[in-house]
Amino acid sequence: MATKELNVSLDAEGFLTDPNQWTPEIAEAMAEEEGIAPLTERHWKVINWVREEAARTGEFPSLRAISKRSGVDTKELYELFPKGPARKIARCAGYPKPKGCI
Amino acid sequence: MKRLLILGGGTAGTMVANRLVHELDMNEWHITVVDQDEIHYYQPGFLFIPFGTYGKADVMRPKRDFLPREVEVIISEVRLIEPEKNLVHLVKENRTLRYDYLIIATGSRIAPEETPGLMEDEWRKSIFDFYTPDGAVALHRFLRTWQGGRLVVNVAEMPIKCPVAPLEFLFLADAYFHDRGMRDRVEIVYATPLSGAFTKPIASQQLGDLLEQKNIQLITDFNIASVDVDKKAIVSYDDQRVEFDLLVSIPTNMGSEVIARSGMGDDLNFVPTDKHTLKARDYDNIFVLGDATNLPSSKAGSVAHFQVDVFIENFLRYIDGLELLPTFDGHANCFIESGHGKGFLIDFNYDVEPLPGMFPMPGIGPFSLLRESRINHWGKMMFRWVYWHILLKGREMPIPAQMSMAGKWQR
Repeated sequence: MATKELNVSLDAEGFLTDPNQWTPEIAEAMAEEEGIAPLTERHWKVINWVREEAARTGEFPSLRAISKRSGVDTKELYELFPKGPARKIARCAGYPKPKGCI
Repeated sequence: MKRLLILGGGTAGTMVANRLVHELDMNEWHITVVDQDEIHYYQPGFLFIPFGTYGKADVMRPKRDFLPREVEVIISEVRLIEPEKNLVHLVKENRTLRYDYLIIATGSRIAPEETPGLMEDEWRKSIFDFYTPDGAVALHRFLRTWQGGRLVVNVAEMPIKCPVAPLEFLFLADAYFHDRGMRDRVEIVYATPLSGAFTKPIASQQLGDLLEQKNIQLITDFNIASVDVDKKAIVSYDDQRVEFDLLVSIPTNMGSEVIARSGMGDDLNFVPTDKHTLKARDYDNIFVLGDATNLPSSKAGSVAHFQVDVFIENFLRYIDGLELLPTFDGHANCFIESGHGKGFLIDFNYDVEPLPGMFPMPGIGPFSLLRESRINHWGKMMFRWVYWHILLKGREMPIPAQMSMAGKWQR
């Protein structure tokens, strides 16, 4: 299913505008558009950790934080979410595009 | 006596100490500044050392000369902060200091040890940094006799102190090799983890165009995993390889170790800080200024200056029992050297990206925003004097703390 058919609000780049609207189906749909479907248990480990961490701290975690504490290291993050893991993880986890630092 | 303790006597710590002695009643307040280093470095000057424009002596002064007479200065490493007990333990003489209010201004440092291979056999032989005085001097020595080859400038990961410095280094390197008649023997490559030359779209476009004009190759989305020391290549997490003869690295930047030891930092040892009030997120009598914060603003002296302006006003309210105002807007103002006696100036905050225009007087300038000019370069060169004599001393600067849209051209 394409994300456009999910009846949720997306920004111009296809990121969910409200993380509360997220469902596992959305993650699958996003993964398909990113070319990384189907999501494996390792993908889910990252997505679930990121959602918990973001809910706990109020901020989307950095890639460094994810690699240090999610149980999936940087090398594997690049294998699971190739070419810009932070961006792809945010999209699948239903968060807005991570703001680059100034 | 109320006790105010400032950890760090760098740009932010020195500015705030100078301002506080004027604003607080010094019969009621005891202010202490702790720093591990007696020397104050003019960090924006490091960039010029590799090209011989400045020497090490040009960027060094004794810290004590810039701190007000009224404050106690202790030169010591900090062993531990115990925020629940309002105590700071020093290494020197095992002293313990109690505080009513604490200002953390411990800055950020490069951490080349975070990238495997960076600090091994080639460190300071064909791999250099210019974020430390010793690194910049070593690079200068290397460049004096270099015959040319492939120069790769790499940013390990964001955030870094002074995010425009890598670009300035590239522009100055291009000019330097031109002036020495060897530009045709040097290939210049910029490998960055960002998706463009800079973080903000309009500036990224302009600066990216300039890289192209200067024949500097841009490799984006490059996240370094390690250095292959034997084959002299940097290797990314997704196995891209970029070979070098000379690697100038901007290593991972991290906050002070004492922040980690005290359990007060994030994954990079930066202290979680309120974006708009500069109060430490988890502590009500601790404020964080300068590079030590985790804020999504630039780690730069201008930002520290604007933070101090906002902080002073807020702190005076706070000690009188008033609430903090959310007045810090992430304002930054940076000169960007572009080589051959020219430069750019950018002015931006959390919400507004760098835009073209004139600064600080709308329509008049004298500085032009986001456009190359000679006067911007002279602004940067004069800034060293301004830094030592006006900025650090906490004297009035003709630039408001909050960013202004006046003089900027909106699209």
